[in-house]
Amino acid sequence: MTMIKRGFAALAAGALSTALAMPASAEPVKFDFWFGLSGDLARVVDTLCKNFNASQKDYEVVCTSQGNYDATLQNTIAAFRAGKQPAVVQVYDVGTATMMLSGAYKPADKLMEENGYKIDYADYFPGIARYYATSKGEMLSFPFNSSTPLMYWNKDAFAKIGKTEAPKTWEDVGADLKALKEAGYECPMAINISANESWQLMEQFSALHNQPIATKNNGYDGLDARLEVNKTKFVQYVTDLKKWYDAGLIKIKSKDLGQDMVQAFASGTCQVILTSVGDHGTVGRTQKEGMKWDVAELPVYAGTERKNSLVGGASLWVLSGKSDAEYKGAAAFLNFIHDPKTALFWSTNTGYIPVTKSGFDYMKGQGFYDKAPYKGREVAIASLTASEPTEITRGIRLGNFTQIRAEFGTQMQAIFANKVSVQEGLDTLVKNGDAILDRFQQTYPGKTLP
Amino acid sequence: MEKRVTFGKWTIGILFAVPQLLLIFTFFYWPAGQAVYWSLTLQQPWGGGNIWVGLDNFRSILSNADYWNSITASLVFAGISTGLAMFIALVLAALTDRQLAGSRLYRVVLIWPYGIAAPALAMAFRFILAPEAGFMAVVNQVWPGFWDPGLDGADAMASIIVAFSWKYVGYNFIFFLAAFQAIPRSLIEAAAMDGSGVIRRFWDIQFPLITPTIFFLLVINITESFQDSFGIVDIMTAGGPANATNLMVYKIYSDGFKGLDYSGAAAQSIILMLLIIVLTIFQFRFIERRVHYR
Repeated sequence: MTMIKRGFAALAAGALSTALAMPASAEPVKFDFWFGLSGDLARVVDTLCKNFNASQKDYEVVCTSQGNYDATLQNTIAAFRAGKQPAVVQVYDVGTATMMLSGAYKPADKLMEENGYKIDYADYFPGIARYYATSKGEMLSFPFNSSTPLMYWNKDAFAKIGKTEAPKTWEDVGADLKALKEAGYECPMAINISANESWQLMEQFSALHNQPIATKNNGYDGLDARLEVNKTKFVQYVTDLKKWYDAGLIKIKSKDLGQDMVQAFASGTCQVILTSVGDHGTVGRTQKEGMKWDVAELPVYAGTERKNSLVGGASLWVLSGKSDAEYKGAAAFLNFIHDPKTALFWSTNTGYIPVTKSGFDYMKGQGFYDKAPYKGREVAIASLTASEPTEITRGIRLGNFTQIRAEFGTQMQAIFANKVSVQEGLDTLVKNGDAILDRFQQTYPGKTLP
Repeated sequence: MEKRVTFGKWTIGILFAVPQLLLIFTFFYWPAGQAVYWSLTLQQPWGGGNIWVGLDNFRSILSNADYWNSITASLVFAGISTGLAMFIALVLAALTDRQLAGSRLYRVVLIWPYGIAAPALAMAFRFILAPEAGFMAVVNQVWPGFWDPGLDGADAMASIIVAFSWKYVGYNFIFFLAAFQAIPRSLIEAAAMDGSGVIRRFWDIQFPLITPTIFFLLVINITESFQDSFGIVDIMTAGGPANATNLMVYKIYSDGFKGLDYSGAAAQSIILMLLIIVLTIFQFRFIERRVHYR
């Protein structure tokens, strides 16, 4: 019944918009795009939208920031339930499984095909494409803002201990941090242990070492996947981090305590941090005068065959229940974003990396990576393309992963506050995470991931 | 004999009440009913369908150790912050009522905190209580490691209690001051002439006469500390460290909106509602006996 109603509504809306478009052909078709970036980044998105509107006169995209990723997803769900959803919405990486089961989207590849756009999906960096594609490789959404974590290191401090290169293994990191401490640095390395750091500490670490987060190839092969981070190399990593923390080699830095790790690094207080390439611009803009620093790929344990890191960020989903005219506009918008020139604009004004090989090549051709403020960001591409993605390093496809990340933060805090041992904390993380996955599976009985 | 104006038909009375009833139905009974329904089903967030699960949601919540931890944290928070906010406001109001120097200024200034939005207030306290940058950094320099709300759950709990109490001191102050000012001056002056001091007068005259206000504020403060704490927790601690400040209302938000577990969050809000109802009944049943209404 609702389907029929919705169908009629769509038909009526379609008829109405064509009727409206017919007599005044100058009037462009409007469609909504909701995104989750704020501040500087939101202004860049607004400019992007203006550029799109100026580039043609058939469509007009109305771009609205919803503040952050969580709010964007929540508001979109509320709007969808009320039948007032936007045509295009930006959904963050870990919302992918939720979106795939929502039944609320129009597959991006179908949309482009129907509207006569040819997209070369092989052009996307495989590490990026696989994260958002189905297990069969179909692109349901378009990668948009993408990043990956890097190790930021202070060259001046490392010079004091006689090093000119960033450490490549965690064993070296341990030795270097000790040397930095002995050289008089109060804070050799800064980390934070909230839900957000699940990304660089757990997810990326596991990918680089080809270690699973969950069974069933990190959830790609079924909703009955369950966590297994309590018996992988991750246990050793947390043990080492805790050991270094206890020895005063690592300090915890967060906004709540007064200074987050990016600020701590940029001000020269802490000498090493692990954070997104997206912070490259911020560090450059806010760094202490004359401080010399660089970025490197995240270290791995000695003897590890390095795999690709995972993409972070968000992709663009086209929602179901809109008119054909709006879909035409949405397709044109996605095609515009796919253009290498847009990639250059986007990466220049934000810290995000290009998502296609042609975008990357175009930017290299323009000399983007040779100049001072952007030099170093190519390391992110190297990290993302370090290997062909394996079954495990394709990405993470787990339901309600936001809650699992929150559980990660909780257990890490318990471990670092000496409330539980490393193994106990990670066991609890797995137990509580599995309960979340169990619940997700029960909510979608009989459904399978595409 | 007293003459009363009465309406012959009860329908007129009902008609007068209709606008209010409509409001209450639309904004309270209807959503509450919806929450009860959701709590008995498993809702797909995008509205694709739901499954009737009976009391399963309640069973899984009540068998979860984290949830009991959240209830304990909420009770501790409610108890301490209510006590603190009411005690400080009572002392301040009593002093302001004594017309000490500057009391006119205090009368205005002390109600300002209640006018500040919780997130703004939380931002301010986050800075003040930051162990590395704010006021507490000084304390930490004297006793290193004394204050660490990032890892120490008790410190984090203390932070949100301080922030919440500060806000409600302003609210309670208005009511206490009004209550003090409603006490006839002659009573206090008579007591003074009989030779009783300030403290004596407070305990024997003022305190008994403001018990209705104290009772009213007790009910309101406890109820609000279960509900209004959300903004402060969200900005200051986000429920951490290690769930130490994951109050019930914050857990509802994070499970429901961040985790998209609408059914579990609905069940938790039913439990929270029942808890507040029980606490309020308890207060009316046992504490109100000691209140003297005039």
